[in-house]
Amino acid sequence: MARLGDVVLKVRSKNAGPFWVTVDVFCGSPEVYAKVVPALVTGEVAALYRVEPQHLKRFDIEDLSVIKFSLPRPVVQGSRDDRDMHGAQWAVLLEEADVRV
Amino acid sequence: MPTRVLVPSGVLGLGFDRAALKRGVDNKPDIICIDGGSTDSGPFSLGAGVSKYSRAATKSEWRDLMRARAEAGVPLVIGTAGTCGADATVDWMYDITVELAVELGQNLKIARLYSSQPADRIIAALEAGRIRPLEPAPAISPALLDSLSNIVALAGAEQVQAALATGADIVIAGRTTDTATISALPLLRGDHAGGAWHGAKIAECGALCSTHPTSGVIQVDFDADGFTVEPLAETAACTPHSVSAHMLYENSDPYQLYEPGGYLDVRGARYTALDERRVRVEGSRWVKGTYTVKLEGARVAGYQTTILAILRNERYVKGARAWVERLSAFLEDEIRSRMGLEPGEAYTLEFRLIGVDGALGGQENRVGDPVEVGVLGIVTAQSQAEAAEIGKLINPFVLHYPLTDHEELPTFAFPYSPAQSDRGALYEFALNHVMELDDPMSAFRIVVTEVAHGPAR
Repeated sequence: MARLGDVVLKVRSKNAGPFWVTVDVFCGSPEVYAKVVPALVTGEVAALYRVEPQHLKRFDIEDLSVIKFSLPRPVVQGSRDDRDMHGAQWAVLLEEADVRV
Repeated sequence: MPTRVLVPSGVLGLGFDRAALKRGVDNKPDIICIDGGSTDSGPFSLGAGVSKYSRAATKSEWRDLMRARAEAGVPLVIGTAGTCGADATVDWMYDITVELAVELGQNLKIARLYSSQPADRIIAALEAGRIRPLEPAPAISPALLDSLSNIVALAGAEQVQAALATGADIVIAGRTTDTATISALPLLRGDHAGGAWHGAKIAECGALCSTHPTSGVIQVDFDADGFTVEPLAETAACTPHSVSAHMLYENSDPYQLYEPGGYLDVRGARYTALDERRVRVEGSRWVKGTYTVKLEGARVAGYQTTILAILRNERYVKGARAWVERLSAFLEDEIRSRMGLEPGEAYTLEFRLIGVDGALGGQENRVGDPVEVGVLGIVTAQSQAEAAEIGKLINPFVLHYPLTDHEELPTFAFPYSPAQSDRGALYEFALNHVMELDDPMSAFRIVVTEVAHGPAR
């Protein structure tokens, strides 16, 4: 087990419009990408972000060694209950998650 | 016909490399395009109809771009003027432009492309079944649409082309898609449609698609087969990786991008390094569809007053959660007995613990041992007066409330006086929908003005 952030180059998140947030995992190399793709289980990522697995979009982008997740924002950007206007801190949940690599 | 587009930066107001801009002008572009906003910073700009950027920063950068335009002798286009692209912010940008025209002695034809939507038009479209929800969309009704403080539709390439067709030197566009100002001219001149939209998406954030994101200036050459992108700062380079990775940025889908009248599909795109700093892209596809424009709207969702107290005493830091729960229950009774208000519709009072889970709330899964905890109280009420009244009412208790009944009253750290601040209106985004249009211009209007202020410099 290892912390994802210690294995990959960078994990970032950002709003994709007011209703979505997107999380990009930059693996940094094809070798790391090959290890991380199977280690990141879609259902576990959905549970981490507390979203139904069918609402989590996943893109494994081999050319860039990037794994991308997009999910409906848990609260709409800027609404009363929003705590993070740009959605950029959500990345830490995945960055700090333990993965089996 | 090949088209050279100069993009000075990702947004007006964030700065750009002036030497790179000069290089861009010397390269004889066909048009200069810059974005003026987005929804990135939240619903306030659209709700209130004001720019989030300072007028001074906007004016100083626009001055440089107006000079660059005069020198290049080509149109200058700003999309989503004034952050949200409502009619009021288009006019704000227009006023700045006229001021600068006087200061610079420029004679100008200025086209304003307005994107604001009267509620009646959207209600009629809703009733005609021409409004479709995107996923996820808030529920809408005629009454809700009537309650929005601003509604804008995102213009595409067609509306920008119509503004350019007036022969304007400067186009000040209201809300447009991020890409529309850049794709408009290449599409008009018959360049590759997939390449036009893809190149526009790559360039819309300026040098963010390069190895030196803050340098700003990007040049894109569009032609019949695709596009070539090149950063103009000497320190920057575009690589196949930096360019293709930009499709990830703020996109929920890295392969498809919906625009008015169709979508861009970049699954087949090939990114090739021409040399150390230029990248060639071919193979992206434009897929035509129904002509729809995306709608954005914001409304007032209450008025807020906030209060901040800092707990430094170790016992209170460790017991911060319990303290806030006890305080909240007490304050609920106080507000009920003194103001006759029940929590819920009438008001909400939330305390967020900064240092514990301030950013992530219920999603936080780490527990730390903070030195201090910031307690941010947020009151949301039906009017500012009521929110302010609640803020004053809770102030002494946020300062002095004890963890148990049997102890001396504590006093926490208030960072300023008064401890409570009135935030004004809380706005919220209320639309994630598209509207079908038969004629792209039917929801937009163009106003052309000529300003003459002496010989152009």
